[in-house]
Amino acid sequence: MTAPLVILGTAISAVCAVVLALLEPFETYAVLTPTGTIPITMGLRVDELSSTVAVMVTLVALAIQIYSVGYMRHDVRYPAFAILVALFTLAMLTVVLSADLLVLYVGWEIMGVCSYFLIGHHWEKPSASAAAVKSFLMTRFGDVGFLFGIFVLGGAAGSFRITDVIAAVPAMSPGTLLTGSLLLLAGIIGKSAQFPLHSWLPDAMAGPAPVSALIHAATMVAAGAYVVALLYPVFLAAPLSLDVLAVIAVVSMIGSALAALVTDDLKRVLAYSTISQLSVMFAALAVGGRTQAIAHLLSHAAFKALLFLCAGAVIIAVGSNLMADMGGLRRGMPLSFLTMTVGFAALAGIPPTAGFFSKDAVVAAAEHAPHWFVFGGLLLTVGLTAAYTTRAWLRTFFGSGPDAGEASKIMTIPLTLLASAALLLGFVGLRFEELRPEVLSAVLSLVLAALGALAVFMIWRRDPARDPADALGRARRVFGSAFGTDDLYERTVARGVVRVANEVVRVDDSVVARSVRGTGRGARALGGLLRLTQNGNPQFYVTALLAGVVVIAVGVVVLQ
Amino acid sequence: MSVLPVLLLAVPLIGCLAVLGMRRAAVLVGVLTTGITFAIAVAIAFAVDYTRPGTHLVTDAPWIPPLGIRFHLGVDGVSVPLVVLTALLCFLSMIYVARREGTPERPHSFVSLVLLTEVGMLGTFTALDLLLFFVFFEVVLVPMYALIAGWGGAGRGPAARQFILYTLLGSGVLLVGLLVIYGHTSTLDMVELAGRDGAGMSRAVQVIAFVLVAGGLAVKVPMWPLHTWLPDAHSEAPTVGSVLLAGVLLKMGTYGLVRIAVPVLPEGALAVAPFLGAFGVIGIVYAALACLAQRDLKRLIAFSSVGHMGFVLLGIATLTPAGMNAALFANIAHGLITGLLFFLAGGMAERFGSTDMDRIGGGTLAVTPRLSVLLIIAAVASFGLPGLAGFWGEMLAMLAAFDPAAGLNRPLYLVFMVVAGLGALLTAAYFLVMLRRVVQGTSPRRQGVLDVTPVEYLAWAPLVVLVFVVGLWPGLVLVPTVDAVRFYLGGL
Repeated sequence: MTAPLVILGTAISAVCAVVLALLEPFETYAVLTPTGTIPITMGLRVDELSSTVAVMVTLVALAIQIYSVGYMRHDVRYPAFAILVALFTLAMLTVVLSADLLVLYVGWEIMGVCSYFLIGHHWEKPSASAAAVKSFLMTRFGDVGFLFGIFVLGGAAGSFRITDVIAAVPAMSPGTLLTGSLLLLAGIIGKSAQFPLHSWLPDAMAGPAPVSALIHAATMVAAGAYVVALLYPVFLAAPLSLDVLAVIAVVSMIGSALAALVTDDLKRVLAYSTISQLSVMFAALAVGGRTQAIAHLLSHAAFKALLFLCAGAVIIAVGSNLMADMGGLRRGMPLSFLTMTVGFAALAGIPPTAGFFSKDAVVAAAEHAPHWFVFGGLLLTVGLTAAYTTRAWLRTFFGSGPDAGEASKIMTIPLTLLASAALLLGFVGLRFEELRPEVLSAVLSLVLAALGALAVFMIWRRDPARDPADALGRARRVFGSAFGTDDLYERTVARGVVRVANEVVRVDDSVVARSVRGTGRGARALGGLLRLTQNGNPQFYVTALLAGVVVIAVGVVVLQ
Repeated sequence: MSVLPVLLLAVPLIGCLAVLGMRRAAVLVGVLTTGITFAIAVAIAFAVDYTRPGTHLVTDAPWIPPLGIRFHLGVDGVSVPLVVLTALLCFLSMIYVARREGTPERPHSFVSLVLLTEVGMLGTFTALDLLLFFVFFEVVLVPMYALIAGWGGAGRGPAARQFILYTLLGSGVLLVGLLVIYGHTSTLDMVELAGRDGAGMSRAVQVIAFVLVAGGLAVKVPMWPLHTWLPDAHSEAPTVGSVLLAGVLLKMGTYGLVRIAVPVLPEGALAVAPFLGAFGVIGIVYAALACLAQRDLKRLIAFSSVGHMGFVLLGIATLTPAGMNAALFANIAHGLITGLLFFLAGGMAERFGSTDMDRIGGGTLAVTPRLSVLLIIAAVASFGLPGLAGFWGEMLAMLAAFDPAAGLNRPLYLVFMVVAGLGALLTAAYFLVMLRRVVQGTSPRRQGVLDVTPVEYLAWAPLVVLVFVVGLWPGLVLVPTVDAVRFYLGGL
């Protein structure tokens, strides 16, 4: 009963999104609540950017919902799963279409909690529930900054409406803009899993494959890049924040590509590639290429959803996430092989897939930018991406491995549709001047990609049973642990907080509460002292009475 | 002259006396009485025209003429939400008690005490005379003490004694503060005093009076470091007692701050507010850390109240309309959410024999899925997920701290805001850790544990629904308060 309903609902919202995309840009809003200061409004803000992304979100979500019917067939928790995926989609659409920054934040956080529930889908497994908690807390850490960034910008503009904030940018002081944009970046880095808030994303693989597809392609991580594009005038007016973004992007894209090169879990490889590809979008934004970034966002959504759904099909067939248990699957699963090949080609940027066009546009934009290191980083990433893509492709589908059958039709239909999107989307982009390939950057990146792929292929051919990553020797461990960042957080932040918490309970018990109980004992002791005078001896009372009279008499005489 | 506020107090009072002679029918009469009271509260909410400033439905009669003390009742946008919340929580508590397995021993005294508590709480929120306010404030203490001491858990004796002695001490300080105000203004009329904006009192007097009044109320809030009575009292009280303690009693403190301390003593407020804010945000972080190390579900919920009240204090300490609205909103949200949390903890205790998280042992989602889902919803709401009731109050408190009233040190408040934000993160952390230990994981044993019963649904569903409604439509609470709050901040 749930399945037809959620599919129908997602389909209807996809149709609505397409209708919005065909309409002229418009904005409509009403006051949600007064606050005593700037009121909070609720409304739709539809322009080219938001409606395009909305179409992407709903279509990918639709593909995922259809696929899940097959993927989750034997899962008793399917209804909760499907409803949460639908809620997730709704939250992302809130982020995309909201006219008010605080309502955008509402959607932003609901996405966080949906990802928490979905990553923790297998909640009986400690690893899944731990990954869920980690993903939520890590992104929420950034979101604290994000909320304050909204305060800064909204306070300066006197309104939380996006249109008003953008209109007020020229009147804001540079300090306000820089503070606001850097605070927003904290949340964006968290949601998009960029360094140093990246380590939740690989762990988030604990969720079922469709969840990964949803988080990595259409929602959540994409929201970060979307918000930068949405509030681009704010970032352009604070160039330092774009420089910071550039550095973060370059570090993240190379670091995660290296991690992807050595990881054996197929979904983790894809997860690291997501970090890397999002960094490519941020790099484009950092060098002024807003259109290129959005183009890459859209093509990435198509091919990454495709890759994760293919990976889900493969994993279900093999019964393991590890590439060591796979191999030779091209024979048993021809359709999955074909579609995943398209996905890998798009990820590696091989023409004529969408990934080639969009990535090339980003590389070309970086080539014209003053930051040489963005350009260099992008080229290096192109080579590394081709290398890890080839490795994953070879180890999954070639060599020898288990026998496996093709996935059911309800799963392969979405795969085919997404594969055609990943193949053809690039040509749609040719309508735009910025998205046409340039010769120099295209040749350079193709050569580098070919080098990377070839290197892996040569190593693999020597011994197809062995992991090509073994050739890296000791560096493998360093890359595999993502340079030890996770371990560092675990040791400092997590343990530190627990230690402080235990200390607080101890202090609360021993110092604060004891001082209260001590007051009680003090009162009793004081009472005990006063009780000494009430000893029941008449002689003492009479003596005291006389003494009192004498004291009063003397006092009267003296004071007069 | 309006009859509604009088009825609001008279109905539970009559019920309180009437059930004393009953046995079997006591609980039924209790349900009826609280139900009628709730209906009156709702009628009051609809009878008030919130766009008109000032108090509404006023009843004013001489009570102790030689002292000038009047029986002066009335409501406005600030008090109406609290009146409705109080009546609702009492009603739901009674429904909860009416379960066959939930009826306490000596039901007639139990019901009578709950109804007496309700009289005191409703009186506190409707009194417009300082001394009348104080009387109602005190009326609540004794029946609550008896509820904890008579029907509480294993450590009820010391917890109840600590509760009553500590809060009585606070009340003593509060009374002195109120008398200082009376001594300098010769009136006990809260409306008139608020309208004077502190005229007739020098700055020094205002500061002293504010410290006394706010200090007395701070025990009830409770403000860190005056909170130590709370975890013991809340965790030892019977379920219904915990619900009312957390849901309503704590609000009497913050209500007093908004209603009396700040409007009557504006200059005192300006001088002392930064301290309130500082203690508030320390409380947020401190409570969150304490919760992280808690092993008992009820104690964890109790400590979480200290943190949530920290946000309320921060809102008040900004002395801005936004901050006051934040405080009032967070009050209501906390009442709904924490009331629900204590109900659920009670349900957990009945089913698993303990509220110790290790003894529950995890995996309750597999054993009692519905109860566990409700616990997840309440926990998620409590850490302030946007779209649920807990968010708006805390967000607005931080927004208000971003731009505090003129005359306050803004950089200091920015620090408060950041600390509060990190505290909110820690709050999410301990609730998620709690869910991980209780709800998720594998269950050690137990099949055939009863899931949520129909009567429990009846008692809990209104709270769940309101958590969503208020979260999605914050205007429901904020529209009445926004206009009323402006009036209180005239002196700033």
